[in-house]
Amino acid sequence: MNGVWEWFAWLNQAHGINLPVFYDSYDRQRFFAGLLTTLELSALSVVASVVIGLIGAWLLGTSSIIARRLVHGYVHAFRNTPPLIQLSFLYFAVGNLLPRLEGVGGSSRPLLDGFAWAVITLSLFGGSFNVEIFRSGIEAVPASTIEAAESLGFGRWRLYRHVVLPLALRICLPALSNNLVNLVKTSTLAYAIGVPELLYVSAQVWSDTMNVREMMNLLLVAYVGIVGVLSFGLRRLETALRVPGLGTVGGRI
Amino acid sequence: MLDTIAERPAPAAVASARPAAAPAVMLANVRKSFGSTRVLNGVTLSVKRGDVTCVIGPSGSGKSTLLRCINALTPVDAGTVVVEGIAVHDPALDKLALRRRVGMVFQQYNLFPHKTALENVMMAPIHVLQEDREEVEARAVALLTKIRLLDKAHCYPGALSGGQQQRVAIARSLAMRPTIMLFDEVTAALDPVMVKEVLSTIRDLAEEGITCILVTHEMGFAREVADQVCFTDHGIVVEEGPPEMIFTQPEDPRTRDFLGHVTF
Repeated sequence: MNGVWEWFAWLNQAHGINLPVFYDSYDRQRFFAGLLTTLELSALSVVASVVIGLIGAWLLGTSSIIARRLVHGYVHAFRNTPPLIQLSFLYFAVGNLLPRLEGVGGSSRPLLDGFAWAVITLSLFGGSFNVEIFRSGIEAVPASTIEAAESLGFGRWRLYRHVVLPLALRICLPALSNNLVNLVKTSTLAYAIGVPELLYVSAQVWSDTMNVREMMNLLLVAYVGIVGVLSFGLRRLETALRVPGLGTVGGRI
Repeated sequence: MLDTIAERPAPAAVASARPAAAPAVMLANVRKSFGSTRVLNGVTLSVKRGDVTCVIGPSGSGKSTLLRCINALTPVDAGTVVVEGIAVHDPALDKLALRRRVGMVFQQYNLFPHKTALENVMMAPIHVLQEDREEVEARAVALLTKIRLLDKAHCYPGALSGGQQQRVAIARSLAMRPTIMLFDEVTAALDPVMVKEVLSTIRDLAEEGITCILVTHEMGFAREVADQVCFTDHGIVVEEGPPEMIFTQPEDPRTRDFLGHVTF
């Protein structure tokens, strides 16, 4: 590994391409900590937004008017407002209303830190789109297939678990992939509330080193990599779930 | 194979409480409207245990709705529906208890597209009845053998022909070991060769003593296999009786008129 770090030191000396995040141990430590934070933030938000989407879409299918209205209200609030404003609102306005925890020596710290608020906001933001995405998938499952399952004695929960959701997931996976990819990219907004994710630490590095051009390029490459892994995984999932006669044969690369 | 189905434990508690001659299915004065359209206008019908009943009649006469009232897919507005001693018209109906006795097969097969033929047959016994997987698989393999589709066990429905899908759909219902089977125009979307395959499967069931109720336009089949034929028109049962009577000496002019348009 040391050889790689030394190569970046040489790259700086020989060509003036300055990437201290590889050859300087302090910058390297904070850059990779930022990368890890971005990965954690993205993974948690992706999973939580899918769970929110599933629960919301399920509630929209229930007979409770109150539940349906609540889900509609939530979708409208989070789908129709900018995520940066949501993040600021939850972190500054709602966050300050929460009780503070006792810290060391009479100091206090907030109940939820910036990272927690970023996960919550991104999950709610992504989840509001996922509700609609899952709803479109669920509504595309033919009524006749549902009736066949009902005739076999499937109750509501088993019907969802074994018939509706597996089919709905296959139908909505392309749209879901879009939204999850978008969500990962939106995680950079956590910068605004001081979460030390990849963009935040990169900005720290370029402020110290004045290597804006190099860091910008590195950021782009990093995101292409992160999102590439996610979209590769989602595409593999799509292929694995594909069954004959359902959906199109297209979508191959 | 035929034995394993015939050997199923009869719903003992219900059976003992009921005179032997009680009909398997009994509909009395059943009414059903969809919005302002009255589909069933006082249907009365009784089906003996083990009989094959064919419901015939023009499109829109309420045949399919009649069938769907028997397994509570369509709740009735008024009247009584009693299936194997279960009051289907009762709002407090235990749907699972009813549906494990009554299987239904549809015109468009409606197989689960994300499951193979074998998995389609196994799904309900495993997830609904929570039976042992190995036992269910053995039963499913036997059913696929019986419908001559064991070689397609691991094919998805999308890779099967219409007739094959329909036979898998029949096997899927039979895996629940029903005592009554409902067939809703199950051959309407099939070509003549496939129609023959499916009808011969249904004929086997009838011979095993499963009560079969078919909505059908296959008059030849009705004439040959049915114990009872009932002609519906405008939401009522106009005439019912043994096929030789309905097909050769229909009493009602509407029956005569309908059958006059049918070629055998």
